[in-house]
Amino acid sequence: MTVAPKREDYDVVVIGAGPAGLAAAATSAEAGLSTLLLDENIGPGGQVFRAISSTPVTDRNQLGADYWVGADLVQTLRASNAEVIHRATVWSLDRNLEIAVSIGGASAFVKAKRVILATGALERPFPIPGWTLPGVMTAGAAQTMLKSSALVPDGRTVIAGQGPLLWLLAAQILRLGGRIDRILDTTERGNYFAALPHAFAFLTSPYFAKGLSMMREVKAKVQVVSGVIELSASGDGQLASVSYVAGGKRETIPADLLLLHQGVVPNVNLAMAAGIEHRWDDLQLCWSPVLDASGTSSVAGIAIAGDGAGIGGANAAVVRGRIAARAAVEALAPAAATRLAPMATLRADLAKAERGRVFLDTLFRPAPQFRIPAGDTIVCRCEEVTAKDILDAVAIGATGPNQLKAYRRTGMGPCQGRLCGLTVTELMAQARGKSPQEIGYYRLRAPVKPITLAELAAVPKSEDDIKAVVRG
Amino acid sequence: MFKRSEQDKRPSVQIFVDGVAVAARQGDTVSAALLASSCDARRSTAVSGAPRLPYCMMGVCFDCLVTIDGVGNRQGCLVPVAEGMQIEIQKGKREIGR
Repeated sequence: MTVAPKREDYDVVVIGAGPAGLAAAATSAEAGLSTLLLDENIGPGGQVFRAISSTPVTDRNQLGADYWVGADLVQTLRASNAEVIHRATVWSLDRNLEIAVSIGGASAFVKAKRVILATGALERPFPIPGWTLPGVMTAGAAQTMLKSSALVPDGRTVIAGQGPLLWLLAAQILRLGGRIDRILDTTERGNYFAALPHAFAFLTSPYFAKGLSMMREVKAKVQVVSGVIELSASGDGQLASVSYVAGGKRETIPADLLLLHQGVVPNVNLAMAAGIEHRWDDLQLCWSPVLDASGTSSVAGIAIAGDGAGIGGANAAVVRGRIAARAAVEALAPAAATRLAPMATLRADLAKAERGRVFLDTLFRPAPQFRIPAGDTIVCRCEEVTAKDILDAVAIGATGPNQLKAYRRTGMGPCQGRLCGLTVTELMAQARGKSPQEIGYYRLRAPVKPITLAELAAVPKSEDDIKAVVRG
Repeated sequence: MFKRSEQDKRPSVQIFVDGVAVAARQGDTVSAALLASSCDARRSTAVSGAPRLPYCMMGVCFDCLVTIDGVGNRQGCLVPVAEGMQIEIQKGKREIGR
């Protein structure tokens, strides 16, 4: 489906085909608005419903009922009139709601009356010594391969970190016949007490029973070490061993694969580049956009739905997608909104889907030593900048992430800060005795994904464009 | 590091990695096919030449950069395999003109 958009103008353009984007595009199209859904992946589903239309995992129990919910969302979308383009990388979105998208090596431009960003989340950086070694990956990476290609670990495998995804992945690997040698749980002991006041909401949410049974399933088959307070990977050009400290004891175990996970954070690059205001979230320890109850951002006409609006999980993402789309319909075609679920119903659905979230956020708040590294540990994977390099730059005057670029090129490699941004903010905040909010984040600009100069040069130019840069 | 589940009945797709034929499956991304194969798929970084393999598999880390059909710096985790595709493990930075 690598064809350019059929039109130049749409009522609604949705970016990202995960739970929020699928729901938003279907809702908008159902109300009769011209709707375009752009997505970077090969097929619909985003990360949580990855490969939902093509997975070779045919035994439905192995991926679990929560995964297959995605199939219904895709079906609803396909039954609508929404135009869907996959392998479409949006590289620019501006305040005029003009979108530049790269499809099959060529860029197209579309204009929207409303944009719904559903670019979701990515895994929080896990900067431990050795995390750039081949053989160290994220848990999400392993889950992506499991869902889309039925691939499972078969060497000596260690999973380390914390959070619901870690247990889900472990259960899925075991169900598909994969190998896990040990799970290293980095949840801080103190978090259990901190989370206690929020336990009631969690106990009465659907996550509780599911989570408990999954942990039991995994613990029956794999050795789980809890209270891990130190973690590192080592090897010569390839992961060879994992070292950890738990219960006052250091242990080193041989490993071919280390899967890391300490929660997910909003993927902010496109939203920030569009100029949308974000604030530091002290509970979720990440940047979250400033939004109203319908997901509307600080830039007129742009709403954010799904985990990009602040981590809420897949169920919340679906409802947030519907809310943002309904708000767009109310603005553009109020009469058509009567066909959709009432806003009050959607808000009640959202409250239900978000139940228990504060408990999870508090319990799985990653420990400082796994967020803020020291010494020779690499912070910026692309430019290979260490924690010590950054602290040295602070010592000679670097004040924030943007100045740091001039000192050390952090965030200037191909990943554009996605894998180092949070670490740099927190590291500099700690070093300078400031809050992350005061330190700020990289100033992000288009193109938010790298495109070739040839592609940029091939973009159609007007007389005015040429006049603006040609002398004489 | 990874093995295929027996339930995977997708048709085979032949790709070439540095000229050597590798059996992938229809729907695999280039990165998944490389990780499932026995090839040494480690690229080396542009900055220090350190070896790397894919880290995130979802398009954000750029550690899966690879040369595909003569075009350098492609994100292997976002590109599906195709019959006859020529993959080159990228050593160092992208070369000018490719």
